[in-house]
Amino acid sequence: MKGLISLGAWLFDWLEAIGRAGIFLFQSIFRLPVRFGEAVNLLVRQLYSVGVLSLVIIIVSGTFIGMVLSLQGYSILAKFGSEDSVGQLLALSLLRELGPVVTALLFAGRAGSSLTAEIGLMKATEQLSSYEMMGVDPLRRVIAPRFIAGVVCLPLLSMVFSAAGIIGGLLVSVGWLGVSDGSFWSLMQQSVYFDTDIVNGLIKALVFAVAITWIAVYQGYECVPTSEGIGKATTRTVVLGSLAVLALDFVLTAAMFGDF
Amino acid sequence: MIYDDVSLTIPRGKITAVMGPSGTGKTTLLRLIAAQLSPDSGNIMVDGQDVHTLSRSALYKVREKIGMLFQSGALFSDMTVFENVAFPLEEHTQLSAVEIKKIVLEKLHSVGLRGAAYLRPSELSGGMARRVALARAIALDPELVMFDEPFAGQDPISKGVLVELIRKLNDATGITSVLVSHDVEESLSIADHVCILAGGFVIAEGSPDEIRASDNAQVKQFLHGEPDGPVPFHYPEDLGSDQGVSQ
Amino acid sequence: MRSKRAELLVGCFIVLGLAAFVYLAVQVSGLGFASKKDTYQVVARFDDIGGLSDRAKVTIAGVTVGSVDSITYDKNLYMAKVTMNIESDVHNIPDDSSIAILTSGLLGEKYLGISIGADDKMLKNGDEIHDTQSALVLENLISQFLFNKTSGSDK
Repeated sequence: MKGLISLGAWLFDWLEAIGRAGIFLFQSIFRLPVRFGEAVNLLVRQLYSVGVLSLVIIIVSGTFIGMVLSLQGYSILAKFGSEDSVGQLLALSLLRELGPVVTALLFAGRAGSSLTAEIGLMKATEQLSSYEMMGVDPLRRVIAPRFIAGVVCLPLLSMVFSAAGIIGGLLVSVGWLGVSDGSFWSLMQQSVYFDTDIVNGLIKALVFAVAITWIAVYQGYECVPTSEGIGKATTRTVVLGSLAVLALDFVLTAAMFGDF
Repeated sequence: MIYDDVSLTIPRGKITAVMGPSGTGKTTLLRLIAAQLSPDSGNIMVDGQDVHTLSRSALYKVREKIGMLFQSGALFSDMTVFENVAFPLEEHTQLSAVEIKKIVLEKLHSVGLRGAAYLRPSELSGGMARRVALARAIALDPELVMFDEPFAGQDPISKGVLVELIRKLNDATGITSVLVSHDVEESLSIADHVCILAGGFVIAEGSPDEIRASDNAQVKQFLHGEPDGPVPFHYPEDLGSDQGVSQ
Repeated sequence: MRSKRAELLVGCFIVLGLAAFVYLAVQVSGLGFASKKDTYQVVARFDDIGGLSDRAKVTIAGVTVGSVDSITYDKNLYMAKVTMNIESDVHNIPDDSSIAILTSGLLGEKYLGISIGADDKMLKNGDEIHDTQSALVLENLISQFLFNKTSGSDK
């Protein structure tokens, strides 16, 4: 009986949290900034801290993952004498899965956590209250530009990640392992489709972007405004964000590629 | 439960000091006035309007007439000092950049920090940050300014500067000031009207002299900082966990 | 408030992201300009295409001269109808050439190979190559081999 009660209470807590987060998201997107120039300015600054600062980790890890994939793929494919297909393996796994998913996981750790910490700190130092006291909606001023920047950046980063991975794979398989340049590209081009592979990868990245940024800004906004609370909220952003990405990835993959 | 049947009047154009031991909800009082929190019951009238029944946009209009100095200063960390003070002007007025610059430098001059206009908040000392926050709070020439613990954690010189600034501000512009503090001497020295809160009640109200002359045991203990008295030294044992202040 | 450096870097970031997207679209999925060369279409019907797919390459003497445009089922003839685009430069393929489905490596991709005939008439847009050779399906090959083996040992 007690267990049932606590299960019910837990469910209600969750539903309430999801509902609140939904209202929060709705309010922060649909309350548009007053002045256009100001809005652009805020957005540029967030694009810088969310996107540009994540670029190095994305390019480096993309290149390495491409290189490792080529090595692994080559050694297995070579057993069947079809080591030329390594380009195909590389491109499909990067575009469909690794590009969006690994980028999203790195993004949750790099940009998501810093978004939560930054907003939490603004809450702890009463900056959010201060905006409110000046008759400026903090959702509009602080949350909306961060949310939009996150949603714009992740798909772009995921493209950069895939491109870096393919170049890394090219270096290893063609430059080092001796796969022929021509068959590397022609096999890749023959099996990769723009609409099913590249566009679907982009859609995945977009969905992950919404999920992670939403979690990050909400955790920051709702955190307990103490150093301990901010630390906990940051951890929650990374954990919940990563789990959300993996779960959503399964659902999206089943919907997009399930009938293959 | 923070307040029990508290009734307070803040006279226009005067400095009112609200004092009391830590944890009596003094900051909560300010947030109630600004309608950042709403009361479970009762109402709060600001300039004849019940702030808790106003629509969001009407409330934001009222807040333009209220300046608030937060405990930590609450300067926006992504802007310079100049931009911090300019922010309310840019948000709520149609002034040109030149006019805004003039007003901002004038306000910074009045708190003695014109030279620090292009520093970042992280480069300021605590006292300077609070003075910048004061300049920002009065940027729109509000009718009411609320000070949340302006003296807490300041060295004697900064305290002196802030006392001086608050007094001068009130004398020069005649704005209503509400000061929440537990620094007895500083508060009594500048307030026109004092109100002491403890345990959810107003335990004393009046001019600074009346308060000093009060023979209420709780007031005396607070004013003189006696370790034991009506507020016991020992934290009470065996009380339910929902007693006391929850903020 | 405006930082020129941040604006510049954000601009570079967006350009880089879009460039990566275009790179993936053109170079990796082979979309766009590369396939926009002048081509003409030729049709061939096969009994069994055995895993040939859209955009598989069409070769003459091992050199790619075109790609498969579409594969449909011709229900009147119970055959697979493969339409392919051949580059217009390669306009001298004799009418009686033959076409076969080949495999690169043991398990590699399937592609089409054209063996040149001897006729004076050349293939034009919309023509059909009649001499076709279906894919070698590995399972059939193995079962044939095993069947021969067992019937051989019975004797």
